[in-house]
Amino acid sequence: MEKIRNFDDLRAVSEELSAKLAGKFEGKDGKRAIVLCGGTGCISSNSIAIREKFEKLIKEKNLGDRVSVNIVGCFGFCSQGPFVKIYPEDTLYRLVKIEDVDEIIEKDIIGGEVVERLLYIDPATKEKVVKQDEINFYKKQRRIALRSCGQINPEDINEALGAGAFQGLARALKMDRQDVVNEVLNSGIRGRGGAGFPTGRKWMFAMNGGGDKYVVCNGDEGDPGAFMDRSILEGNPLGVIEGMVIAGYAIGAQNGYFYIRAEYPIAVNRLQIAIRQAEELGLLGDNILGTDFSFRVHIRLGAGAFVCGEETALLNSIEGKRGMPRPRPPFPAVKGLWGKPTVVNNVETLACIPYILREGAEKFAQCGTERSKGTKVFALGGKINNVGLVEVPMGTTLRELIYDIGGGIPNGKKFKAIQTGGPSGGCLTEKDLDAEIDFDNLVARGSMMGSGGAIVMDEDNCMVDVAKFYMEFICDESCGKCSPCRIGTKRMLELLTKITDGKATMKDLDELEELSKTIKAGALCALGQTAANPVLSTLTHFRDEYIAHIVDKKCPSKICKNLMQYKIEKDKCFGCGMCAKACPAGAISKTDYTAPGKKLPAHEIDPMKCVKCGACIATCKFGAIYKD
Amino acid sequence: MAKVNIKIEGFPYEVDEGLTILEAAKRCGYEIPSLCTYNHGECSQGSCRVCLVEVKGARGLVAACVYPVSEGMEITISSPKAAAARRASVELLLSNHSMKCQQCDKNGHCELLYAAQITGAREDMFEGAKTPATVDQLTPSIIRDTSKCILCGRCVERCKNAHGKGVLGFEKRGFNTIVAPAENRSLANSPCILCGQCVSVCPTGALTEKSEISKVDEAMAAGKYVVVQTAPAVRAALGEEFGMKIGTAVTGKMVAALRRLGFKKVFDTNYAADLTIMEEATELLGRMKNGGVLPMITSCSPGWINYAEINYGDLLPHLSSCKSPHEMFGAILKSYYAEANGIDPKDMFVVSVMPCTAKKGEKERDQLVTNGLRDVDAVLTTRELAKLIKRSGINFNKLPDEAFDNDIVGDYTGAAVIFGVTGGVMEAALRTAYFAVTGKEHDLIKFEAVRGFDGIKEAELDLNGTKVCVAVAHGMKNAKVLLDDIRAGKSKYQFIEIMGCPGGCIAGGGQPFVKPQFLPNEDIDILDTYKEKRAAALYSEDEKQAVRQSHNNPQIKELYEKFLGEPNSHKAHELLHTSYAAREAFKD
Amino acid sequence: MAHLSEAAVAQINEICARYADEKTPLMMILSAIQKEYGYIPLEVQEIVSEKTGISVAEIYGVVTFYSYFSLQPKGKYVIGCCLGTACYVKGAQQIIDKFSEILGIAPGETTADGMFTIDALRCIGACGIAPAVSINGKVYPKLKVSDVPGIVEEYRNMGGAN
Ligand SMILES: Cc1cc2nc3c(=O)[nH]c(=O)nc-3n(C[C@H](O)[C@H](O)[C@H](O)COP(=O)(O)O)c2cc1C
Ligand code: SF4
Ligand code: SF4
Ligand code: SF4
Ligand code: SF4
Ligand code: SF4
Ligand code: SF4
Ligand code: SF4
Ligand code: SF4
Ligand code: FES
Ligand code: FES
Ligand code: FES
Repeated sequence: MEKIRNFDDLRAVSEELSAKLAGKFEGKDGKRAIVLCGGTGCISSNSIAIREKFEKLIKEKNLGDRVSVNIVGCFGFCSQGPFVKIYPEDTLYRLVKIEDVDEIIEKDIIGGEVVERLLYIDPATKEKVVKQDEINFYKKQRRIALRSCGQINPEDINEALGAGAFQGLARALKMDRQDVVNEVLNSGIRGRGGAGFPTGRKWMFAMNGGGDKYVVCNGDEGDPGAFMDRSILEGNPLGVIEGMVIAGYAIGAQNGYFYIRAEYPIAVNRLQIAIRQAEELGLLGDNILGTDFSFRVHIRLGAGAFVCGEETALLNSIEGKRGMPRPRPPFPAVKGLWGKPTVVNNVETLACIPYILREGAEKFAQCGTERSKGTKVFALGGKINNVGLVEVPMGTTLRELIYDIGGGIPNGKKFKAIQTGGPSGGCLTEKDLDAEIDFDNLVARGSMMGSGGAIVMDEDNCMVDVAKFYMEFICDESCGKCSPCRIGTKRMLELLTKITDGKATMKDLDELEELSKTIKAGALCALGQTAANPVLSTLTHFRDEYIAHIVDKKCPSKICKNLMQYKIEKDKCFGCGMCAKACPAGAISKTDYTAPGKKLPAHEIDPMKCVKCGACIATCKFGAIYKD
Repeated sequence: MAKVNIKIEGFPYEVDEGLTILEAAKRCGYEIPSLCTYNHGECSQGSCRVCLVEVKGARGLVAACVYPVSEGMEITISSPKAAAARRASVELLLSNHSMKCQQCDKNGHCELLYAAQITGAREDMFEGAKTPATVDQLTPSIIRDTSKCILCGRCVERCKNAHGKGVLGFEKRGFNTIVAPAENRSLANSPCILCGQCVSVCPTGALTEKSEISKVDEAMAAGKYVVVQTAPAVRAALGEEFGMKIGTAVTGKMVAALRRLGFKKVFDTNYAADLTIMEEATELLGRMKNGGVLPMITSCSPGWINYAEINYGDLLPHLSSCKSPHEMFGAILKSYYAEANGIDPKDMFVVSVMPCTAKKGEKERDQLVTNGLRDVDAVLTTRELAKLIKRSGINFNKLPDEAFDNDIVGDYTGAAVIFGVTGGVMEAALRTAYFAVTGKEHDLIKFEAVRGFDGIKEAELDLNGTKVCVAVAHGMKNAKVLLDDIRAGKSKYQFIEIMGCPGGCIAGGGQPFVKPQFLPNEDIDILDTYKEKRAAALYSEDEKQAVRQSHNNPQIKELYEKFLGEPNSHKAHELLHTSYAAREAFKD
Repeated sequence: MAHLSEAAVAQINEICARYADEKTPLMMILSAIQKEYGYIPLEVQEIVSEKTGISVAEIYGVVTFYSYFSLQPKGKYVIGCCLGTACYVKGAQQIIDKFSEILGIAPGETTADGMFTIDALRCIGACGIAPAVSINGKVYPKLKVSDVPGIVEEYRNMGGAN
């Protein structure tokens, strides 16, 4: 393809490509389009082999001029993947297996009939749904950051251009730097990486500095359970690159760095492809679109340290050092990468920027709440029916998120809590369900937005165990620089372990609270400052569970191994002996007793030998084994 | 310097812009506890969190040591919230600390214990697992104990500055973090040069020198003929251990104390420094005349020798073959002196009191054995000498001033005294070289260009028409610049002085700790000025000497006449010169 | 340098040279070495130190800070079990326990035959298909404990250690 040398070139190319892209979805090119998800989730469930099978069959059956096969980024609904979508009908098949390909070709592509058994079934109504937009999971979503994800081939810049890529940059380049910053300020967008700092303000600080400057895209996404940045990078890498270039223009930087987790190979690969294609078209490099603005983009890989998501640790990591946070001030916008003014922005933040520049600040600010504008992507996970990525307007309630979009709690269990903000956040409960989600509301309720991880817990989860899980994580991931976090989180973990082991006293609980406050007040970076949040919030909402562990020496949810036992209900036991076979510890044996109506002697578990692996309970077909 | 207006505890102050809260507060008369920061900016990790204060409008508490003051800032140190946070930080540190204060070398100088005391840290507040103790005692100079380390990072920074590349670093992460040489191996199997700079900044007992007091005790108990010599830098700092102001020379009291400690003879290493100059200046002129390897580099700092052997094995021919002064002295004592006084050299036990931890290692080098006997048997640091004096019930401040022994050895000149400060050896050598070539004394005597604390100093001297370019570097970071030039074949110098420690021996790794919190009567900028003050003590002693050139030392002349022949003679080589060997940085 | 083959030294020199123009190349060099050489022992760090002028202490500090770098060789197949939140609440602990049980090694260890290493990971971004396990980059979705023996068998059959 020819280089895009100026604004007119871009307009012409975009018009042509967008007609082509629309034509594909609408069948105007005379073809039907088979679209497969090529995100991490679906690839792991075989979507590549499925694509190959489609291609093979199409070749064999000479369908090449009637149908095309396309790969796109993540649909967001990964738990139902792999997905196959057929245009122009917009039929969505889910949980597709390689064996299903023949049927889709025969029945749908050739026969024009929907393959009913591959359709999504609404968990509530049990009805089959044909089109993506009709699925509840998608209905309430509003896609800004995730725009184009699941629609375009992320490895083909032509599709991105057809979907409007670089229009935002084109508009920005025609504006004054200050006006670009103002546009971002006026949009009201706040950083999606966690702290919610107004992006425009950050840019302004950096714009006012002199000399070399940098833009850094934070793609470290360490919050376990969150994968929105990964999906964005995999589904629409050029959207993030465009956001970065706009930031570069606005603050006067010439170089941008992507810091991406090494665990995201597909994202890195697609980003590399996107950068190369953009360079080839002249959309990155010298004199972009014929202006005197030049910008280059580089990739740096993380190496497995959660704390490197913290912006100053991230900068140290790029500088080849241990990822230990720096004291602030000076802030990165004043003294960042190699001591130069640097804007660090999250992937999702940057993904919103082209939209803001293209559509205008007002349009962006139309959705959202008073102080939190736009949308937010959440990674819904845990005990929820519809696991996946959702982008909703700020101000959506938790109830809508969990029940309307998430489809509620599986297996008829009761909702207990939702953890937002990952290990830095807190849990929200029943009484928070009608709270509107935005940065400030979540903080006011003792949690935080964080990067958007949202893990749902049901009645089976022990909240002390959950708090301990997060503390273990933090303790593992603490960089070890400052004493409150390095030693304090270790002490907290020790106390929590004491509690879940049933060895704690109420005095330990006081100490736990005291430590929480100490670390919050004294730690150097936000990792430590927020480390105690899961403990504090579970203490607020589920203090009774703590007390049950400490005083009654019981784990009400029967999770904490040292406070529960596996037992066999003698009268329910058929004596089949399956459990004894499954038990790795040889803890199960026959008794002298045979239950009424049963033929074989009932079994029992020797608590001294049992290692609480749970294997027996899974094997007993009669439900005779229970936790006590 | 621009000023900003701040308030501390509600009182208004005007302070320099760019200061941290900690520094500003100090200037306004407040002492905020601190553990990790050192010498404003040499090390400031902001990691110990012992300096937390409240700043109006800031989110949470801020670390005073890294937070810059700004116009209108309102700071509260005394609030219960800040005080409790500072206390908790110390308590957490203590919860991961092997509290063996009674047996601890740093007791009395321990900043952690001091912080615990002033923050009111409660005992055993937070109990739990502790960092496993690695106690590394393999080097002759330094003991490293991870169970007392608070991970302040001071040693890491100092080592980087002194050593150039740095031996110590942070390892692992989270609670498992330690500060150690790679692989937590012994310093003995690392590129460590034993300079002890890390020991001087360590706030706790995690890094201490390896004491040899018991060796001296044993020699005394065994009835050996125990003599002692003291390096020039010792007298400039020993008084600090007894509450005297930094920069007070205590030569006379030191000698008196040593006599009372039972040493048979008390000598001044300066005598041998004069001897070193004679040998070294002769060697230099010889090399210049005979096309020898140039530039020649001084060899009296064992920290530097270690560095050269580990990192610049290819440049060892540039090193002067002269032993360091105290080793020369040891060799002379066990030959010339023993002979003259009818002492069996085997019965002699030579103790060197040095500002230096590297000298402890130096004395054990195989190359420093003459006729089967070590030239020097034990090395005490200035700090160890102070301990010895205190232990022995001597009231140092009340001692009379006494003079060194100088029956047939021991006289010294002003040139020797200034060995203790960077540039001193060079200056002394120039005085003598100038005379050797021109037959005249240099009229300036003072070679200003090589004085002071610039990292690298250079000068040019006209020796009867031959231009001699010289350079002085202290600290290996600076030395490296000169060495890399030599390696690249573009050094313009003929003679280079290199000292291991930044500032030279006056700031050696065995000198009294300069810890402002224990020095209430010193100026608040003492960390900036102590080197100058100690140096001034030496320069003024030089000026007081009647004889200020090594070649004019009468006893040295006599030594050559009666015993050695002439400088660089065969005999001189046997006794006073040594050799070097390249070695690997990481031994297995 | 006694333990390194000439080819290895050449490879490491080449990697260092590859990033010579970067401003602060340490992380890139180490990542490349980890990827191509499998681990980063001290001898290798010494070469990197020589080439970059960064002290071994500092390099060692970086290597031990990031969990992606390892000082010991890893197995031919690295089983990365996600223990991130989404996976944890869906039973990831039992999955990793099962791998440990079958292979007889704890997380972080390598089997004596050099075939397998088990690593506990923190979220690999595949939370939508939790619990997830990644083996040499291939992600296994929605694993059940009962799937584990089959997977181990699959790799055992694929071939011995190098
Ligand atoms: C422990 C810790 C981990 C973090 N991890 C991430 C992360 O994975 N991704 C991210 O964008 N921001 C993360 N942040 C927030 C960043 O420090 C920073 O605020 C953010 O990248 C700024 O971008 P934004 O303004 O666009 O949100 C983390 C912060 C902390 C304290
Ligand atoms: S709070 Fe924790 S992660 Fe942050 S600097 Fe301190 S030790 Fe490191
Ligand atoms: S829980 Fe495990 S060890 Fe205990 S009885 Fe059941 S199978 Fe055996
Ligand atoms: S599997 Fe169930 S029914 Fe069978 S012996 Fe065990 S407890 Fe009894
Ligand atoms: S370092 Fe300080 S606190 Fe620790 S044992 Fe020694 S004197 Fe006590
Ligand atoms: S204060 Fe004195 S008497 Fe009391 S314990 Fe300490 S040393 Fe013993
Ligand atoms: S003795 Fe010197 S070289 Fe060795 S670790 Fe200490 S500061 Fe570094
Ligand atoms: S050894 Fe001493 S100076 Fe070094 S980090 Fe530990 S406490 Fe600080
Ligand atoms: S400069 Fe002095 S104190 Fe430092 S290592 Fe050399 S001789 Fe020792
Ligand atoms: S990866 Fe396919 S829907 Fe997310
Ligand atoms: S002295 Fe300020 S944090 Fe250590
Ligand atoms: S928590 Fe396991 S993949 Fe995210």
